[in-house]
Amino acid sequence: MKLTQLFADGRFVITSEAGPPKGVDTTKMLEEVALLRGRVDAFNVTDQQSSVMRLGSLAASHLLKQQGAEPIFQLTCRDRNRIALQSDLLSAYALGIENVLCLTGDYVSLGDHPGAKPVFDLDSVSLIHTIKTLCEGHDLAGNELMGKPDFCIGAVVSPGADPIEPQIIKMENKIEAGAQFFQTQAVYDLDQFSDFMKQVKHLRVPILGGIILLKSAGMARFMNRNVAGVYVPDNLIDKMDESTDKVATSIEIAAELIKAIKDVCQGVHIMALGWEKWVPDLLREAGLWDRLSSS
Amino acid sequence: MLVSEQKPLEEILHSLDGDGTVFLLGCRGCAEASHTGGEQEVRTMKANLEEAGKIVSGWTALDFLCQKALVKTGLQAFRDQILASDSLLVMCCGVGVQATAAVVDKVVHPGCNTLSMGGAQGEWRGSERCAECGACLLDYTGGICPITACTKSLINGPCGGARDGRCEHQPDVRPCGWQQIYERLKKLDHLDKLREIHTPQDYAKAEPPKALRSTTFWALEHVEE
Repeated sequence: MKLTQLFADGRFVITSEAGPPKGVDTTKMLEEVALLRGRVDAFNVTDQQSSVMRLGSLAASHLLKQQGAEPIFQLTCRDRNRIALQSDLLSAYALGIENVLCLTGDYVSLGDHPGAKPVFDLDSVSLIHTIKTLCEGHDLAGNELMGKPDFCIGAVVSPGADPIEPQIIKMENKIEAGAQFFQTQAVYDLDQFSDFMKQVKHLRVPILGGIILLKSAGMARFMNRNVAGVYVPDNLIDKMDESTDKVATSIEIAAELIKAIKDVCQGVHIMALGWEKWVPDLLREAGLWDRLSSS
Repeated sequence: MLVSEQKPLEEILHSLDGDGTVFLLGCRGCAEASHTGGEQEVRTMKANLEEAGKIVSGWTALDFLCQKALVKTGLQAFRDQILASDSLLVMCCGVGVQATAAVVDKVVHPGCNTLSMGGAQGEWRGSERCAECGACLLDYTGGICPITACTKSLINGPCGGARDGRCEHQPDVRPCGWQQIYERLKKLDHLDKLREIHTPQDYAKAEPPKALRSTTFWALEHVEE
């Protein structure tokens, strides 16, 4: 099922993440997916997240599909040139994968193989353009395809970037290139997020607000220091600091954020970062657990 | 030496769209040797632009456009003509275009594409770098090369990785190239340039054509080695 269909149906869309393992044992990843299958609409399958080498997002997306979960195949420009990217896209579609999320990709030095040769033959905008070209029945060189794919194309935007103007211009370029929905970097600052949503209102494209479960005050401080576009306000850090039940407080904070942004965006994208087992509780607390069965 | 070829006149005129008055700048170094930006080529370009209805406020060819201190000094004599112009058309390698853009508060258009000899950076270089990609984008980026200034060589705007204007890769030493481009374009009141979507670079263009390889200068370059 393409995400575009869900937006067209007027559904508040929830996506989560599936992180492929370093190794070939996919049991844990698939167990975490099973916990949420039928409760979230789709799972982003990360592509060598943070430049750390893992099992590939194409194979993992296929495994999710086999389990009856809807994958969003993440694709970065860091590790593949235009030949490999186009080929993987054709392969994905042949395996029944319909949703793709296009990213630039972190630089290689952020991961566990810092000496690798970075590719970046395409960038996020030209990757979107490439997918649209494939969907129109041609490859980037203009050759006709024997059977064309039909992808729902997603992209990302960082509402907390400073300055925000070049990010919004790039977002507009992504839409012009063919992006059909957006997921955002983690949101903690509600004023900043609603400000951003006002600035992009004219774009009329579904946006899923990003939610990252805070595990501790230390993690929040770490993100503030090291993660671009993420800013956790002091009151949330204090709340985590003072909490005696970190899990409960984390879920409470995330649920409040979801409730607060629910009316200004078209869905949420939940990044549990290892805390997948608490996502059901988060959905319950945010009032979204029975969303699908009741609709 | 940096080998270049002139961009097609049609592309040059397209980039000058809306600029009525233009100052022409050539280079007596590699561009003269490549027959793309010496005095003779600048004169020919002047005639072409005038035929296309442009006013050429002035022109010169300087030694070593790759060194911005020299460019700045050399252009002093043409201050009034440059101030009276909408933009400059610079006929040399990507290093020279960037060096010029760094010292004048005017839009700088590249007149040439720089071709690869495997990594040369000007005869008297400053901090500007050219990747000899053969498909110069400096017209769109305020005269700052996205291929060399951006760690990921992105050509369609910034990634989401920069913090406080620094690159996610080695933030202590690397500024975000796209933030520099954004700031330069904003200063020039040309943020519209960011709205152009670029299809993937044609890396085959970096390779110098056969005709260039048969020139004396090409031969000399290789004899030296």
